[in-house]
Amino acid sequence: MELLLVLVLGLLYAAGVYLILRRSLVKLLLGIMLLGNGTNVLIFLLGKITKGSPPVIDESYKVFQDIYADPIPQALILTAIVISFALTSFAIVLLKRVYALVNSDDLDDLNTPEEEDL
Amino acid sequence: MKSAILQTATRYLLPILLLFSFFLLLRGHYFPGGGFVGGLVASIAFVLHSLANGTASTMKILGYKPISLIPIGLAISTVSIMLPMLFNLPPMTGLWFEEPIPVIGMIGSALFFDLGVYLVVIGVVLTILFTIALDE
Amino acid sequence: MIDNHILAPVFVQLFTAVIQLMFWRKTLTQRYLSVGGSFIGLLVAIRLFSRVYQDGILTMNAANWDAPFGIVFVADLLSVTLVLLTSIACFAVSIFSSIGVSRQRMLYGYFPIFHFLIMGLHGAFLTGDIFNLYVYFEVIIISSFVLMTLGGRKAQLEGAVKYMAMNILASMFFLTGIGLLYGLTGSLNMADLALKVRQVQDGTLVGITSCFFILGFGIKSAVFPLYYWLPSSYHTPPSAVAATFGGLLTKVGIYAMLRVFSLIFVPDEFTRTLLMVIACATILTGAFGAIIKTNIRRLFSYLIVCHIGFMIGGIAMFSKLALMGVVFYLIHDIAVKTNMFLIAGLIRQLRGTMDMDKLGGLYRDYPKISVLIALVLFSLVGIPPLSGFWPKIFLFQEAFLQTQYFFVAALIVGSFVTLYVIANMWAQVFWKNPPREEEVDDRFAPMQPYRKLLMVLPIGMLALTTLYIGLNAEAIVLVAEKISSQLIDTSTYIEAVLNKNNEL
Repeated sequence: MELLLVLVLGLLYAAGVYLILRRSLVKLLLGIMLLGNGTNVLIFLLGKITKGSPPVIDESYKVFQDIYADPIPQALILTAIVISFALTSFAIVLLKRVYALVNSDDLDDLNTPEEEDL
Repeated sequence: MKSAILQTATRYLLPILLLFSFFLLLRGHYFPGGGFVGGLVASIAFVLHSLANGTASTMKILGYKPISLIPIGLAISTVSIMLPMLFNLPPMTGLWFEEPIPVIGMIGSALFFDLGVYLVVIGVVLTILFTIALDE
Repeated sequence: MIDNHILAPVFVQLFTAVIQLMFWRKTLTQRYLSVGGSFIGLLVAIRLFSRVYQDGILTMNAANWDAPFGIVFVADLLSVTLVLLTSIACFAVSIFSSIGVSRQRMLYGYFPIFHFLIMGLHGAFLTGDIFNLYVYFEVIIISSFVLMTLGGRKAQLEGAVKYMAMNILASMFFLTGIGLLYGLTGSLNMADLALKVRQVQDGTLVGITSCFFILGFGIKSAVFPLYYWLPSSYHTPPSAVAATFGGLLTKVGIYAMLRVFSLIFVPDEFTRTLLMVIACATILTGAFGAIIKTNIRRLFSYLIVCHIGFMIGGIAMFSKLALMGVVFYLIHDIAVKTNMFLIAGLIRQLRGTMDMDKLGGLYRDYPKISVLIALVLFSLVGIPPLSGFWPKIFLFQEAFLQTQYFFVAALIVGSFVTLYVIANMWAQVFWKNPPREEEVDDRFAPMQPYRKLLMVLPIGMLALTTLYIGLNAEAIVLVAEKISSQLIDTSTYIEAVLNKNNEL
């Protein structure tokens, strides 16, 4: 399981880095999303994953008796997902605006010459 | 996309999904669920409706703009965060009523916080989706 | 000591923003609310500062969970000093915005977002939990994205795309660092981390983790190889927004670096050399970039980069004297950089342009305002006894003591270029006769007197703050000394966070 996650993690990071180095705006966005997911998998992996032992306590016990999954990485990932949801939706609206304005997906077409400064 | 099957199905799915989202909101403190998930389910119900019947008719159901849910939700959450400070406890401490209320169960400040989150999530998600959908 | 009210500055800003959201599209009410909320925030920050200055570090356990397990908020002297300065800058900017931001932008929610941004800043300064710091960073960047894109001119969108991509990347590095740190130690509380990181056997892994933090905070604070998003985006938004960004956002990066590298990773030889190289390169690139720019705001953006280098160099030297220099410079920089962008906005109102080639003759037309601006510019350059002068003494002294001659050279070059650039700007904008063929677009003269006052008052207020920092340097040095000894000897911080159960 760990090995699989490590491979997935590497793949996500590699694909993310490759995509954000492209000139296309959409690929930039996809790359950022993949990097974000890669980071989430990393946190999940580093939280010492256990199989089939939820971090929920049985009602009859006062304290944990058994091995249990660490709940903190899950909380962190959930927070990170919510945040990246907000960032991604903002980025989509922004890129849509840009596309409507310059009618192109290429970052180079967006450049404004310095003479147009206020 | 106009499909008679989907339109008929949404007519029944919308109230069921909304009820389910409310159920998720109420059980959220000790069990899986909570304001965020509940809010997402509720907004998905409206999104499904807008897919079947068009965004305009969904906005008609809602009556007013979803963006106005955001300040209401934020205000509820903020007040429930700050309420414990009146009792000389740190912010965000859970305050609970002594007796459980029938059907709902124990009520505490955490529920009001979740209610605020629920409203904010519906407001934000629907605002974003309507903004993207109506531009086209 | 436990104090349940240390989050008051955050709540004031949050409440202001929420109430403003309820008055959506009523811009006049929003303006009053913004100025009023900022003023209350300033009072609360002053009270918090005086309490921490007298009683020492205050802490608060959110939701009553004890320290290493729950999220803890800590108000030590560094945090409250920055909260106080942020509140001053916020008050000034919100007064300026009530005139300097177009109604169109206000209709799209400029004021609530601005207060969310300030809330994020306060929260980032006050939190004692590293993941919570990340969350507040995200609050800051989401608000700043919105502020940056409001208006939607093409140049603005271009700046926003670069700004967005780089800042999301920075958060990603930061989050990766947090993940690694959690994997190494199993804790997120910064005081707890400070103890646990020292017990980690594998020094290389700790080093790699610290590199992620350098990368993340480095992008945020715009250091040498990662700075380029700043000069290509800060000249696009309205001046009130640029003032908030230029004065406060890069400084959060410096604050986070100070906190993380004093508390969690005590810099070793490698990190210090790395930071020193980065610092020298940052000063030089910022300085050379500033020389060739003719647009005032682009010039100021490069000066921000240049002066970030001063602070990074101080962190790299990591001694009591150097950190005193850094903290003093931070205090001076927030007041002055915010003011500079407000000044750029004022110049645009006076002349309709920010291009130095098209400007001129401001001293002839507005002598009083020019003198006020001169005060700020001179204190940026560091003419004694104004505020920019004092921190440089500490930095020079420590650089000589540690025989960091490259840094001394970079400091001298940076200071001289700042002097040259500002003198050049002064000559071009204020003394030179205006180019005749240009039609002057003066929107300031026909304004009603109270509107004029609202534009000049914040600049005057921040200039007074600068003057106070410069003339009353002894008091500021005292504060800086206390802060830097707290940063070097972190045991008081750790004890305050972890051992307060005994005091209950």
